[in-house]
Amino acid sequence: MGKTFAKPEALSDQITHYCPGCTHGVIHRLVAEVIDELDIRGRTVGVAPVGCAVLMYNYFTFDFLESAHGRAPAQATGMKRVRPDLVVFTYQGDGDLASIGMSEIVHAANRGEKITTIFVNNAVYGMTGGQMAPTTMPNQRTTTSPFGRNVDEVGMPIKVSELLASLQTTAYIARQTVILPKHITRAKKAIKKAFQYQIDGRCFSFVEIVSTCPTNWGLTPVEAVKWAEEKMLPYYPLGEIKTPQ
Amino acid sequence: MTYIHKIDSDRCKGCGLCVTICPKHVLEISEKVNTKGYFPAFQARPEDCIKCALCCSMCPDVAITITGAEDADQTQQAASTEDNDG
Repeated sequence: MGKTFAKPEALSDQITHYCPGCTHGVIHRLVAEVIDELDIRGRTVGVAPVGCAVLMYNYFTFDFLESAHGRAPAQATGMKRVRPDLVVFTYQGDGDLASIGMSEIVHAANRGEKITTIFVNNAVYGMTGGQMAPTTMPNQRTTTSPFGRNVDEVGMPIKVSELLASLQTTAYIARQTVILPKHITRAKKAIKKAFQYQIDGRCFSFVEIVSTCPTNWGLTPVEAVKWAEEKMLPYYPLGEIKTPQ
Repeated sequence: MTYIHKIDSDRCKGCGLCVTICPKHVLEISEKVNTKGYFPAFQARPEDCIKCALCCSMCPDVAITITGAEDADQTQQAASTEDNDG
């Protein structure tokens, strides 16, 4: 009994700059594995966000563009419309996508652009030092909500997947997480499906991944996994939220 | 077919996710630092390893690999080049 396991070809040898225990690394690997399995490395272009993943183009062995804060779906739209044969995906965090880039993602989804978006939701702004994001949990302490998120003042966390699913345009929208191996398997399936829908030219595809940020949550990586399981998963239920008819 | 479970101690950031996920409690965090100044994970009880690859799948830094070797000679060779103690 046993199985082999190696780094996918689409992932470069460079060591990531992410903090210990950051699940960005797992999501990068899943994206790379899916690209290898679908054999699309030669025609894939990624769009890197502003946020912790801003340097992600160093970690993959295919083309990447860096976009202005939140504008990744707009850039991806342009590329996909000029070169429909390309496989274009954006990889965005919650500060990038759900805050400054909210209009870009909503309109890209509403236009039904044939692109894929990987949305990493870790309930906090990571790179800038742990400020409150639109997805921060109620009563969660961050550097800009030191007494916990006050929902009377700033409202409840935005469920981006449900928000996009409410649009009438056809789309594939799923939410998964990568905090335990069983979740990782399901997340990979969702990412693969999302890319497949794009390759088939069917619809806009969006995968939200509930992630951890041990550094800015002030927890160890192992505690952060527990926190995400107890506090985030009940509010952000996993599964396919919308599938094309 | 034999399998070689290897941790690249210079890629490892010592987050400890693999240590908690391992069903056989094979892994532990080393007391020696690696080149980046982290305390990497290492196989404390390699004989218990069942090569389930849960640690590989959990590792955010893709530091853990399992390679298959056709015969015992290759296994020996690979094991001698391997750096387990961090």
